[in-house]
Amino acid sequence: MSRFNLYQEEFHPSPLQHTWLEFKQSHIALMGLWCLGMFVFLMIFGPLIAPFDPLEQNLNILLAPPAWSSTGTIEHVFGTDSLGRDILSRLIHGCQITFGISLLLVLVAMLLGVAIGTAAGMSYGIRSSVLNHLMDSLMAIPTLLIAIIIVAILGTGLVNSMWAISLALTPIFIHNTRDFVRKELQKDYVIAAQLDGASKIQIFFHSILPNMVELLVMRGTLALSTAVLDITALGFLNLGAQAPSPELGTMLSESIEVAYMAPWTMALPGGTIFLMIMSINLVGDGLRSALRNRLIR
Amino acid sequence: MIPLLAVEDLSYQQGRSRRWMRGRSQFHLGPINFELRAGETLAIVGENGSGKSLLAKLLVGVETPSSGDIYLNGQRLTMHNIKQRCLNIRMIFQQSNESLNPGITIGSILDEPLRLNTQMNAYERNEKIVETLKQVGLLPDHRYFYRHMLSDGQRQRVALARALILNPQVIVADEPFAALDPSVRSQIVNLLMKLQRELGLGFIFISHNLGIVRHISDKILIMQRGMAVEAGKTDTIFNWPKNEYTQKLVNSHQALVGR
Repeated sequence: MSRFNLYQEEFHPSPLQHTWLEFKQSHIALMGLWCLGMFVFLMIFGPLIAPFDPLEQNLNILLAPPAWSSTGTIEHVFGTDSLGRDILSRLIHGCQITFGISLLLVLVAMLLGVAIGTAAGMSYGIRSSVLNHLMDSLMAIPTLLIAIIIVAILGTGLVNSMWAISLALTPIFIHNTRDFVRKELQKDYVIAAQLDGASKIQIFFHSILPNMVELLVMRGTLALSTAVLDITALGFLNLGAQAPSPELGTMLSESIEVAYMAPWTMALPGGTIFLMIMSINLVGDGLRSALRNRLIR
Repeated sequence: MIPLLAVEDLSYQQGRSRRWMRGRSQFHLGPINFELRAGETLAIVGENGSGKSLLAKLLVGVETPSSGDIYLNGQRLTMHNIKQRCLNIRMIFQQSNESLNPGITIGSILDEPLRLNTQMNAYERNEKIVETLKQVGLLPDHRYFYRHMLSDGQRQRVALARALILNPQVIVADEPFAALDPSVRSQIVNLLMKLQRELGLGFIFISHNLGIVRHISDKILIMQRGMAVEAGKTDTIFNWPKNEYTQKLVNSHQALVGR
């Protein structure tokens, strides 16, 4: 926005624009957003820009150090691992797997949670209560433990761990949605929409959902950081993605054997996970304070 | 001549009687009778908690009456026929601030009743929205505004536009002037009276302001503790109040005006 306003016009941002303006005030949150944008870019275009196949083994150059080391080559910028695979390519593909799957899981959990939460919020009595507390028992157990139980029953694998994590993420969305829908249903504008002849579904989509978007985005970022952490943790424990896959947690666990000889094979995936979770948390935190500031003013 | 709106023995019992609730006194409204002809204005006056807002909600169909009938043009209104009701009886809420959705533009707020109740296409709806906004003294550009960008008077105008947009026959307003400052209030009152003359609307409004009531209403219904204690022409009630509560109200008003 320019510093000088040529026209004497009041600037009235829409609710979403207002949130964005508040969000922009925090430089740290903005930096987190840039970082997150980079991960989204890598997730979408990663395979196009990765220099090597992440699974291609080159036995001539095992454990090559990164380019900034005196013995490193520019061909393998981040060096290679114990099987001679290019770490940069593996990291780029790892971003796609870890971040992409987490995003997918959050979307699934959000859809499921919002659907059940809305049904609970719009109905009354026992039905509402049953729907609301349907998955509460899952909230009492840590996500990892649920995942381990499910993996113990169904066997290891990425898909099974995905089931576990999306199940564990759903109840928070149910509760948030139900509380929000309940609160909004009391307001006059919903009654006004009812008097316009809107059905419950129309009321939800046209009256309540536009006001709920920000809440969902905020909760979504928080759930996303949980999902990334769980996916990598399960990969690290060899319960999620299995060995040749370039999933970040799996890479980390593979590198333990050569941690002293080639510390970069451990530091680089670890650093990537750290950066990913930090950027997600920064964005989520920024959004939360932006929303709070917007509501105060 | 068939009255535009006729209410016969309308009553409402709050809550279902439960055994452990027996001790508490329950609110009971009615029975209430009145008639409204086209172009007439009925004012509902009464103390707080006397059931005025509840009566308005019963008329527009937010609450279901426990007994009694409402006739529109001689035709009985049922709870099932929500479409007939929302096309013909529209409500203006007490707090226009709360009754407008903060998350969508004024244009989409006004679009909703048209989309749900008419067969118009997008172009016709847009035309109708512009026309109605002009009718209530707003600009076509206000379509793109959000609620928080408007002043209280403008919000009240939007609420009025929302009520008018379906070309209703009756408008029910629950204290539409309460939150407005005197100059904006008189603007809105004049606007309402002008629109009523032009469109031949039946107008029912709830107010504590006896000055406005005397100024615009043809009939008055005085309510106390859920009962209609007195009803009649405005002149009659202001000059020869019969009921004790009405006498107090009128006296207090006269004392204020005379001073």
